[in-house]
Amino acid sequence: MSEHHHGHTEPPSDLVLRVKALESLLVEKGLVDPAAIDQLVEAYETRIGPRNGAQVIAKAWSDPAFKKWLLDDATAAIASLGFGGRQGEHMKVVENTPAVHNLVVCTLCSCYPWPVLGLPPVWYKSAPYRARAVADPRGVLKEFGTVLADHVEVRVWDSTAEIRYLVLPERPAGTESWSEKELAGLVTRNSMIGVGKAKSPKERS
Amino acid sequence: MNGAHDLGGQHGFGPVQAEPESMEPVFHAGWEKRVFGLVRVLGMLGLWNGDMSRYARERQHPVDYLRHSYYENWLAGLEKLLVEKGLISPTELASGIAAGPADEILRSGILRARDAARALEGSPATMGLDSPPRFQVGDCVRARNNHPTGHTREPRYVRGRVGVVCQHHGGHIFSDQSANGIKVARHLYTVRFEARELWGDAADPKSSVHLDLWEDYLEPA
Repeated sequence: MSEHHHGHTEPPSDLVLRVKALESLLVEKGLVDPAAIDQLVEAYETRIGPRNGAQVIAKAWSDPAFKKWLLDDATAAIASLGFGGRQGEHMKVVENTPAVHNLVVCTLCSCYPWPVLGLPPVWYKSAPYRARAVADPRGVLKEFGTVLADHVEVRVWDSTAEIRYLVLPERPAGTESWSEKELAGLVTRNSMIGVGKAKSPKERS
Repeated sequence: MNGAHDLGGQHGFGPVQAEPESMEPVFHAGWEKRVFGLVRVLGMLGLWNGDMSRYARERQHPVDYLRHSYYENWLAGLEKLLVEKGLISPTELASGIAAGPADEILRSGILRARDAARALEGSPATMGLDSPPRFQVGDCVRARNNHPTGHTREPRYVRGRVGVVCQHHGGHIFSDQSANGIKVARHLYTVRFEARELWGDAADPKSSVHLDLWEDYLEPA
């Protein structure tokens, strides 16, 4: 990962120029409509992100029938809330319990369930995470501040085919009377990858 | 291929450096947005699939793959595919100057802004096949000790190791062939491997790793 922080007064880097040149070339050849790129970027910056997944999790916490459906046929259950499409064609949801903790990775590239979590964070795509999540999951979890008791079983899911994984985190204690909308505010992206837990009512900002 | 992308179990990369979730933007620079969009928009031409895109990124020199950021790898893979598929020439890529317009049929089929939502749609990987599955849930299987020089989704860390089939997914498009543009189905299974089987006796006895593996990767154990 680049550690450079360029101020906006610096001249554009070689990389910026290279990308600009390539896009201009492709537009000139008639192969790209730049406005289509704008639309896709806008979709992933504003509409397709982890708030979608948080709705799925909050519903599963609130509605036992939905939770059962989600664990049996995640693709269909998630589609019923209006989420689906590219990189979410074949979904599987894995449930965290007091005895089992699940963690999702893609060691070979960076496969990730876009319709419910959006595009992956930089660390998920980085070599340290991809190298260590399968070999030292407890060590990785500790770096995220997630310390598991020794008796907890850790299940790592390496996304090697086109099945995409979403973790159903444990519902935080003290939320029995909460609405789905309130619950969704406790569901973090990291808890749906499995590197963290959902927020407690106290942690809600 | 035994490339730099096959990272599971490698040492020496240091701790995971995560930005706080609440602070992390979707993109970290304007050029990343353009690379993401170019890859998605050009992918809609249908001249290559996701496996070919992954394979193009993997075929970089290993030092380059590891040195590059994620979207730099996307850019490198895209440039490779554009040239290999003849959409642009190496001279055009180097100079940035178009020698002429692209083929009329290609130009008429590009993704326009009004249809951009098409690029958000899914493309299922399931595919029917006639042969019955060789393995059942509960079977012990060994991941074959394969070292193909082409694209594969059988990571090195699992090769030769024994696990248990925990789910059968039916026929899925086989990545190893799909990366060569050949669309065939193979049975796909989720296989659970105990951490100690993968990483030795020092590994956590309470951990396991699950991988989605095509039948060609597996043999009875």
